[in-house]
Amino acid sequence: MTEVVENKTSNRSKLKDVWDQFKSHKGALLGGFIFFSIVIIVMIGPFFWPFEANGIDIRSRNQGPSLLHPFGTDQLGRDTLARMMAGGRTSIAVGLAAMALSLFFGSFIGVTAGFYKRLDGILMRFTDLFLSLPLLPLLLVMMLLFREPLSQAYGPEKGMFVLIVVSIGITSWMPTARIVRADVLALKEREFVLAARSSGTSDTMIILRHIMPNVLSPIMVSATLGIANGIITESALSFLGLGFPPDFPTWGRLLNDAVDYLQQYPERVFWPGLAISLTVLSINYLGDGLRDALDPRMRKR
Amino acid sequence: MLTYIARRLLISIPTLIVISLVIFLLLNLAPNDPMAQVPLTVPPEVKEKMREALGLGQPLYIQFIKWVVQLFWVEPQVFIDYMFETNFSEGKQRVISWQTRSPVMDIVVQRMPQTLWVVGMSYIVGILIAIPIGIYSAYKQYSVFDQVGTFVTMIGYSVPPFFTGVFVIVIFSVQLGWLPSIYDTTHVVVDWDTFKTQLKQMVMPVMVLALQTTAMINRFMRATMLDNLNQDYVRTARAKGLSEWTIVMIHVLRNSMIPVITVIALNVPAIFGGAIITEQVFKVNGIGHQLIGAIYANDLPTVQTITFMFAFLIVAFNLIADIIYGILDPRIRYD
Repeated sequence: MTEVVENKTSNRSKLKDVWDQFKSHKGALLGGFIFFSIVIIVMIGPFFWPFEANGIDIRSRNQGPSLLHPFGTDQLGRDTLARMMAGGRTSIAVGLAAMALSLFFGSFIGVTAGFYKRLDGILMRFTDLFLSLPLLPLLLVMMLLFREPLSQAYGPEKGMFVLIVVSIGITSWMPTARIVRADVLALKEREFVLAARSSGTSDTMIILRHIMPNVLSPIMVSATLGIANGIITESALSFLGLGFPPDFPTWGRLLNDAVDYLQQYPERVFWPGLAISLTVLSINYLGDGLRDALDPRMRKR
Repeated sequence: MLTYIARRLLISIPTLIVISLVIFLLLNLAPNDPMAQVPLTVPPEVKEKMREALGLGQPLYIQFIKWVVQLFWVEPQVFIDYMFETNFSEGKQRVISWQTRSPVMDIVVQRMPQTLWVVGMSYIVGILIAIPIGIYSAYKQYSVFDQVGTFVTMIGYSVPPFFTGVFVIVIFSVQLGWLPSIYDTTHVVVDWDTFKTQLKQMVMPVMVLALQTTAMINRFMRATMLDNLNQDYVRTARAKGLSEWTIVMIHVLRNSMIPVITVIALNVPAIFGGAIITEQVFKVNGIGHQLIGAIYANDLPTVQTITFMFAFLIVAFNLIADIIYGILDPRIRYD
């Protein structure tokens, strides 16, 4: 009897285990579904939608929801749904790019600190220092200071994109670095690393082949939280008027524009706000599910 | 314990110095000219004089030392003078705002009460809501109450304050007209009616900020309560026949509060950061509002000073959290 059970478990791959655990988390499943739907709508929607995000039609301005304009139009007659999709593209692109950058910094510093004992002290002091910086004020200051030169160098939209992604990336890698370092410290003492070392593998190869695949799960969980953080930070900056230029829609920018018309058209704040909240909520649920699924202690239950 | 506190204090001093250097360098090395707004008709030699008057003529390290001396040496003296009516600071240069030509700290002192009222109140409200909910959701894990609580926590985590703020304004100010959308800081409470007005204008900003606090602390409270509820001492207490109330509210709660109190202390600076956005939404003219105004006006001394104050708050509360942890949990005090 026991043999049969053992046989069954050994045949199951790790990936299937993870998927099974992930499936049992209903919120995560729904969150993942909603997030990927939003991404797909935002990515391919503009190809099918007849209106341009910046197509001004002054005669049909300030319209309420109708069949032609399901979300209405703004003060210049631009279709809100088209602007929402264009804004979503930017917001999600910023979130993904900032996440990738912050993961890169975070895992690089985390792995280096965990693997090389000599660098551990100084890198962790560096991380602590970054954690003690007031991030939102510093982000605002960076927006203020580097906006002009970068706009001149890369054009207003691309320059702002680079600036926002880089600023979010270099201010959000610290939690990832700490988690990765802790995992690497434990992994380094394991037998397979010793075996690799005794067979003459170089440090770089040990890190790439043996350490990195094993710290992938905390990195993946940080990745989901990183996207959420990127989207929220970008929206906050745009909301404060220090993000993308006014004619370039992002969800935060649209929310900011809608606030000016709060008295006349209060429903306008609803769509961008809902889009930000729904995206972040679904990503957070996805991250929660991933954390449960990738944590072997949770999977045993 | 004393050596532990002393060691932590000594670590935080270089941290503060490095942070002030980072803030200073970021602002001063940036490719950006504080004189850019001066009209082109002003002759260059006048411009040069203006530059010197702003303290921009000297080398960078002298500017930094001057700023540090003004911030750490002169400003405390001004404070002591104000408290005890002495005159240590007479004739000494203070950090002057480029925008208003008055000392930055004077404006900060004017703005601080509004921020402290809104932020402090929201923090207390958030904690008072979060702790009981956290306790009960952990005690009844996976119950309907717990599920709803977790969902609300997730919403508080995910919905940014600039949307919750605007959303409650749409509902309660625009549609229902119950509450004012703008916080009137000149309002003085003298009797019951003015107190009610004050209460009305505080409800929305406080609740918006409190939602964030609640989400964070509730999540933590629930997790530590769950950890402790599965410990052996709980089983022992049950076996002894203690009442559930005593077990949960005295034994488990006291052990769970150790990390929660630390988290509460650690998150005070974060909530000040969140207040920047909330103050902008409700037009509370607090310290965050001042920071945004100074950023738009390119007023570097004000931006530097306020950013540094935020950094100081973070370092100070990290220290406080460490000390509290040491006091509450004897295992941490390794001296």
